[in-house]
Amino acid sequence: MAKELAKAEDFFLKKFNLNALELEQTVGKALGKQIDYADLYFEYRTNESVSLEEGMVKKAVKSVGQGVGVRAVAEEKTGYAYSDEITVKNLAEAARTARYIADDSTVGKPVPVRSGAVGTGLYPVKTPVSDISVQEKIDLLNQIDILARRYDPRITKVMASFASEHKVILIVTSDGLIVGDVQPLSRLNVTCIAEENGNRQIGSYGGGGRVEYSFFLENRRFEDYTQEAARQAILNLSAVDAPAGTMDVVLGPGWPGILLHEAIGHGLEGDFNRKQTSAFAGLIGKSVASELCTIVDDGTIPGRRGSLNVDDEGTPTHRTVLIEKGILKGYLQDKLNAKLMGMAPTGNGRRESFMHIPMPRMTNTFMLAGESDPNEIIRSVKNGLYAVSFGGGQVDITSGKFVFSASEAYRIEDGKVTAPVKGATLIGNGPDVLKRVTMVGNDLQLDAGVGTCGKDGQSVPVGVGLPTLKINGITVGGTQG
Amino acid sequence: MIQYEDLATELLKKATSKGASAGDIVIVEGDSFDVQVRLKSVDKLSNAHEKRLGLRLFSGQRTAVCSTSDFSAESLDRLVEDTCYLARCTAEDPHAGLPDPAPLVSPDLDLYDDSLHEWKMEDKIHMAVQAESAALGYDARITNSEGANLSHAGRRVVYANTHGVIGRYPVGSVSLSVSPIASAGGLMQRDYWYSAKRKVKDLASPDSVGRAAAQRALRRLGGRKISTCEVPVIFDPETAAELIGSISACVSGYAVYKGASFLAGKLGQSVAASSVTVLDHGLIPSALGSRPFDGEGLATRKTTVIAKGILESYLLDTYSARKLGLKSTGNAVRSVGDVPSVSHTNFYLVPGTHSPEEIIRSVKRGLYVTEMIGFGVNHVTGDYSRGAVGLWIENGERTYPVEEVTIAGNLKEILMDIEMIGNDLEFRGTVASPTLKLSRMMVAGN
Repeated sequence: MAKELAKAEDFFLKKFNLNALELEQTVGKALGKQIDYADLYFEYRTNESVSLEEGMVKKAVKSVGQGVGVRAVAEEKTGYAYSDEITVKNLAEAARTARYIADDSTVGKPVPVRSGAVGTGLYPVKTPVSDISVQEKIDLLNQIDILARRYDPRITKVMASFASEHKVILIVTSDGLIVGDVQPLSRLNVTCIAEENGNRQIGSYGGGGRVEYSFFLENRRFEDYTQEAARQAILNLSAVDAPAGTMDVVLGPGWPGILLHEAIGHGLEGDFNRKQTSAFAGLIGKSVASELCTIVDDGTIPGRRGSLNVDDEGTPTHRTVLIEKGILKGYLQDKLNAKLMGMAPTGNGRRESFMHIPMPRMTNTFMLAGESDPNEIIRSVKNGLYAVSFGGGQVDITSGKFVFSASEAYRIEDGKVTAPVKGATLIGNGPDVLKRVTMVGNDLQLDAGVGTCGKDGQSVPVGVGLPTLKINGITVGGTQG
Repeated sequence: MIQYEDLATELLKKATSKGASAGDIVIVEGDSFDVQVRLKSVDKLSNAHEKRLGLRLFSGQRTAVCSTSDFSAESLDRLVEDTCYLARCTAEDPHAGLPDPAPLVSPDLDLYDDSLHEWKMEDKIHMAVQAESAALGYDARITNSEGANLSHAGRRVVYANTHGVIGRYPVGSVSLSVSPIASAGGLMQRDYWYSAKRKVKDLASPDSVGRAAAQRALRRLGGRKISTCEVPVIFDPETAAELIGSISACVSGYAVYKGASFLAGKLGQSVAASSVTVLDHGLIPSALGSRPFDGEGLATRKTTVIAKGILESYLLDTYSARKLGLKSTGNAVRSVGDVPSVSHTNFYLVPGTHSPEEIIRSVKRGLYVTEMIGFGVNHVTGDYSRGAVGLWIENGERTYPVEEVTIAGNLKEILMDIEMIGNDLEFRGTVASPTLKLSRMMVAGN
């Protein structure tokens, strides 16, 4: 981390011909008597991707983005300005705009800064993905195309893409900290379309994280992704219409953890609770889930998609217990909301880019393993749904209602998994759904690393995880009554 | 702006000299402003300037795109080098390439409001405060707020290609929205309302936006779950537009040639009730979806997508048209850093003759949908299953609010089951629909 900081600081100062004193002066300019806090967020990001369809890598794309965001905070007010031209003049102008909110003409003094919080190096990069030749990535996608078509002759279309990002950030705060990080992120995705007698179905799978390129080759992970996408598409050829109504639902391990993200996680973000607009507002210390449920948000797991050494305000990430044995323990905080609520920041202040104001966001959110054998959980259901993979989800923070859509699910009849069913949406009430959990499996899995969370128009990479889970009585939105 | 046109020409020349056989370039420069007011004081205020440049090059039939926000000479030289290199790595694609040469047509569609520059910060903040106050003061049960936002953005777009086409246009938008929270019996409901336009003078009044937002939040109080049933469903204009938006995605040439749309291979066939006509019209003055030319420099136009239930046309750019043996419909859009893709302009279902009240009166027992959540739309199969909020209809009257239910069907049947079409079409975004009544859908609840 100390190394990352040195790299980030040198990088920006050299690239934009700035010196440390100019940074300190800019922070000072954003401050005034009425301003409690100010920070600068420098970002330089390179994105590369190659994508295949119809057996050809038809396009290669590369983009470079850079800029700086200047923020001033006065109690609950935030002023923000950003520019993609990083010059001393633009920094001063941005600081002036940001300060507008405080209606205050006094200008603060330069703030001396020192190297900040030392992280733990969660994603050391020996070989950046951008150093791997484009040809090598193209060859990988071509291999995936062959593997998918070989899986079953009914696979008629294969789409695959490999995308990577290399982001360097530097944060300078009026607390006197200067913190930098170098954040890699890669993702490999495969989508297959299967066709049989005019019936067309889709299957998708993928994975990644803050990893090096070799991750996708280890144990032929790319081949697993391909087979999963192909298997889902073929399986859906024989899927029957989903049932409609309330029934017991068993969620498989891993990616179905999106349930926690939607039903619980967003409702525990500090901003909604400070404003008292969350269905969970004021419930700390109260029972919000079955005693079997312990849920954490952990930004410190090496290499995961949702992990960060420091958040986008320079606070080191944490493992935050949200719910312990059913009792609500804590919220996810950024600096502004933590301060106003008299709590400590939890390292969850994140932003999509220099163009965005940070806010409380999740990192990797998951439930700890329980004691039940997953097979025993399925055997306990007389008539229900077994959902093992999902598309997206969404939540209404205020009413607590959430939905998420299954992309692979089966009926459970007399304790046995039977026919695959077409995608159905599950709908429930956040503060209530986990009270209906009656069994928790001993098989916690984290997802493969494809999650992206949207809030207020900002997208950030996240992770989720879940052991096999049984929920008594949840509404399944199929077409068969 | 002139300098960006020169820059575009110069970069294309440089690319050709480095071996590119053809290419095009998009430069976008813009400003944006957003203020959020919460409980009558400023919560967030953000001001920004940005610019991006994207270069697409062909090496024969091979394609690559690079983009940057760093306009330094060194960075732009590197951009040309990188793009030329990548365009030698990708596969030969017989359908790749610029559109056939055609002179640029660029009508003035009045898409930019010059008065945005002179709009005072205090006035903008005041407008947001007024809208939120109208919501907060509407009823004692409006107890809290997620705030009101006033945003505007302006962009100047330059497009040039190696056929010698070069064009530019300014485009802008302004929007005002309010999200109040209503509460009763310890339970809260949030809703919102908004107005979005090209011009400040066309915005709805802050009072009307605030009041509508408050009414929408209030009518959700006391929402209940209902028993699972198959009933007629009415979509209000907001949710009907969402439904029609899914059709836009399924007539995109890319979804069609990839076989990733349930409407693939259906041209000339009956796909909807005979009362259904859907248009895409890119030339409506000052409309939010209008553009003078598309992302490849081709003329925008009015396209009949569905005529009296028959699928007449897909929405196409040059590449997807070539794949399908058809002609571009001028629907190319460009994100600066990517190859063209397809998107609608102003996409709408042509209004019918029924008033919304008449449609509601025609339903004995059914659901009036006012909001949908979730992503349960499968474009490949047409399977549709989403969370819904609305009002229960009993004997032709809207009664109590309904929540925590899903509505499900398949787009193939949904389009055929459109039984009544309202006369209340209003362009509030880039997709619009009047009130729609479906003869039946599965509503899942208790």
